[in-house]
Amino acid sequence: MVELTQERAVDRSQMQVSDEVAIEIRNMNKWYGTFHVLRDINLTVQRGERIVICGPSGSGKSTLIRCINRLEEHQAGDIIVDGTELSSDLKNIDKIRSEVGMCFQHFNLFPHLTILENCTLAPIWVRNTPKKEAEEIAMHFLEKVKIPDQAHKYPGMLSGGQQQRVAIARSLCMKPRIMLFDEPTSALDPEMIKEVLDTMIELAEEGMTMLCVTHEMGFAQAVANRVIFMDQGQIVEQNEPTEFFNNPQSERTQLFLSQIIGH
Amino acid sequence: MSDTPITYVRDTMLPQQAPPTSEVGPVRWARENLFSSPMNAILTILSLYIVYTVISHVGPWLINGIWDADSLSECREIIAAKGDGHHSAACFGVITARWHQLVFGYYPSELYWRPVLALLVFFVGIAPVLFPSLPRKLFIVSMVAPFLCFWLLWGGSIWLPISIALGFGVGVVAFKLLSVSVSSLVAIIGAILLPLIYWLYLSGPLAAGLASIVPLGIEFVPSRSFGGFMLSIVIGLSAIVISLPLGILLALGRQSDLFIIKTCAVVFIEVIRGVPLIVWLFTAQLLLNYFLPPGSNFDLTLRVIIMVTLFASAYIAEVVRGGLAALPKGQYEGGDSLGLNYWQSMQLIILPQALKISIPGIVNTFIGLFKDTTLVVFIGLFDPLGIASAIRATTEWNGIYWELFLFIGIMFFISCFSMGRYSLYLEKKLQREHR
Repeated sequence: MVELTQERAVDRSQMQVSDEVAIEIRNMNKWYGTFHVLRDINLTVQRGERIVICGPSGSGKSTLIRCINRLEEHQAGDIIVDGTELSSDLKNIDKIRSEVGMCFQHFNLFPHLTILENCTLAPIWVRNTPKKEAEEIAMHFLEKVKIPDQAHKYPGMLSGGQQQRVAIARSLCMKPRIMLFDEPTSALDPEMIKEVLDTMIELAEEGMTMLCVTHEMGFAQAVANRVIFMDQGQIVEQNEPTEFFNNPQSERTQLFLSQIIGH
Repeated sequence: MSDTPITYVRDTMLPQQAPPTSEVGPVRWARENLFSSPMNAILTILSLYIVYTVISHVGPWLINGIWDADSLSECREIIAAKGDGHHSAACFGVITARWHQLVFGYYPSELYWRPVLALLVFFVGIAPVLFPSLPRKLFIVSMVAPFLCFWLLWGGSIWLPISIALGFGVGVVAFKLLSVSVSSLVAIIGAILLPLIYWLYLSGPLAAGLASIVPLGIEFVPSRSFGGFMLSIVIGLSAIVISLPLGILLALGRQSDLFIIKTCAVVFIEVIRGVPLIVWLFTAQLLLNYFLPPGSNFDLTLRVIIMVTLFASAYIAEVVRGGLAALPKGQYEGGDSLGLNYWQSMQLIILPQALKISIPGIVNTFIGLFKDTTLVVFIGLFDPLGIASAIRATTEWNGIYWELFLFIGIMFFISCFSMGRYSLYLEKKLQREHR
C-alpha cells in the first residue's frame, strides 16, 4: 500500500459530482454456467464520481466492471451507460465501448504496434480522426502521463508502470466520459505503483468519472468519494471513504479491512 | 566457527572482463565439438571418410558431365572418346536439349514470352505484400495481377477474366449492402453465394456476349499444352496465393460464435483434411463436371488448382487457428474495450500477431503444397515428373534417369529452400521490430 496523502496534496476543487447519471445498474444478475457470480447488483454512478470497488478475490468486482462495457454479458437486469442501454445490439455495444475507457491488470497493449500507434489506432479507425490529428491527440496524452519520449518504442521495451500509463493514455485518446480500472496496479512492482496512481489521481482531479477495482486503500482515501465492498457477488457495504475505513458497519468488511491494513 | 564479521559492504563494483583465450576460437570449437572424447574422435574421422568417399565418386561424375549431346548414345560416345574408361560421367545433355520442354511443357514455343511475362506480373503483384515498405498504391497491381496472369497464360478473349473479376465486385457490393440493411451473418452468406451463382450462370454468357460485340483477345492455349515447371509453378503459386486468405477466413470461421458459420468451417476443414489429396485430384478430374451446370466445360488445370487450393486452405486454417489460440485473451479484450468492431480488431490487432506466430507453419504448408503439385502426374498432367517420363520414353533419351531426377530435385529444392529462407527473414524482421 502506498501512502499518497502524505506525499502530495490532492486537489479536490474540480472533483464535483453532478446530478447527471453516468451509469445505472438495476437488479443485475450474472451466471458463469450455473455459478451465480453477480447477485442483484444495484448501483447508480453520478457523473464525476470516483468509486473504488474492493473485496476479496472471487467476489465479482472485476466481473462487475467488465459488465459495464460488455466484456462480460449479464443475464438479467439492466445496465444503462450514458443513457444507452446495454443489449445484444453490436452497434450499441461498440458505441458504449468507445465512450468508456478501460485499463486492465495486464495492460493489454498491442505488442506489434508502437506506443504512438497503440494510442492512435482507435481514434483513427473508430472515430475516423485524420492520422495527423490523432497523433497530436496521442502525444498530448502521452505528455500528460509523462512518457512522450517513448512514443516510438514498442510496448515490450517499457517497464510495467510505463506500460500501464500508456494504457491509460490509449484510453484517454478516445476522450471517454467514463474510465474503468480493473486492478491497474496489481501486476506492478511497488516502485511503479506510485507513478500509475499519480496518473490516476490527476485524472480524478480533472473530474473524470472513474470506477476502480483496486486494493490501493491509500488511493481510495485520497480521491474516492465512495468505496464499495463486495463479497460473494454482492455489494455488502458502500460508504464515503473516511466512514468506510474508520467505521465499517458489516462484520465481513471489518474482517477484510483488518486483513489488508493489519499487516 | 570463524571470527569473520558478518557485516560486509561492497565499495567498488567489478567491471566486466574478457574470457580466457582458451575459451574462444576455432581450435576450442573443434576440440569441444569434434574431438571431445576418443569415441567422438573416431566418429569424426569415420564421418570425414564417408564424406570423402561420396564426393570422390559423385564429384567427377558431376564435373565431367557432358552438356552438349543430343541423345544418350551420342553422350556415351563422347564419354568413351575422351575418358580413360574408369570414370563415369553424367549426361546433362538431356537438360540442355530438353530445357524448353522441362520448363514449359508443350506450350507453343513462339508464345513462351507469355508465361514469362505472367511470372513477372506475379512478382510485381506480390511485391507489396512481401515487402511492406513499398507504396500502398501498388496494391492495385496486386488486385489486377491474378486476372492478367490468367489471361496471359491461357489467352483467349480478354472478356472472360474481366467478367470473372466482376464476380468479386458482386461479392463486395453484396456484403456492403447486406451488412448495412440486414445483418452481418446474412451479408457474409450473401457475399459468398451471390458471386458463386454469378460465376456459374452469368459470367460465361456475359463474357461470350461481350466477346461477340468487341472481339479482343490473344491466341488461346489449352491446358494440355501446359507442362514442366511452368505447370508446377502455376498450380503451386495460385494455390498459395488463394489458400492463405481462404485459410484465414476458415480459421476465423472456426472460432466464430455464429453456429452456422462455425459448423460450415469445421465440416469443410475436417472433410478436406481427412481425404488424401490424390483422391481430391481424381475427383477434380472425373467427378467435378457432374456438379457443374451442363454444358460448362471447365478446364482440367483450373479444376486441379481449385482442388489443391481448397486442400491447402484447410491446412492453413488449422495453422492460423493455432496462432489465434496462442494470443492472450487480453488482446481481444484490448481491442473490444476501445470500441473496434470485429473486423477491425481482427485486421489491426489479432491477425497481424496470429499470422506472425503462424509463419513457420504457414510456410511449411506452402512448401508441402508446392511439392505435392507433382501428384498431378497421376491424373495425366505433365508436371516435371510427367515430362521426365515422356523424355525417357523417346528413343534419344531412353535409359536416362539420374540426371533428370537430379535436376528436378534441385529445382524443387531451390524453390522450397528459398521459401524457407524468406520465412526465417520475415520472422527475424518481425521479432526485431516488436521486441
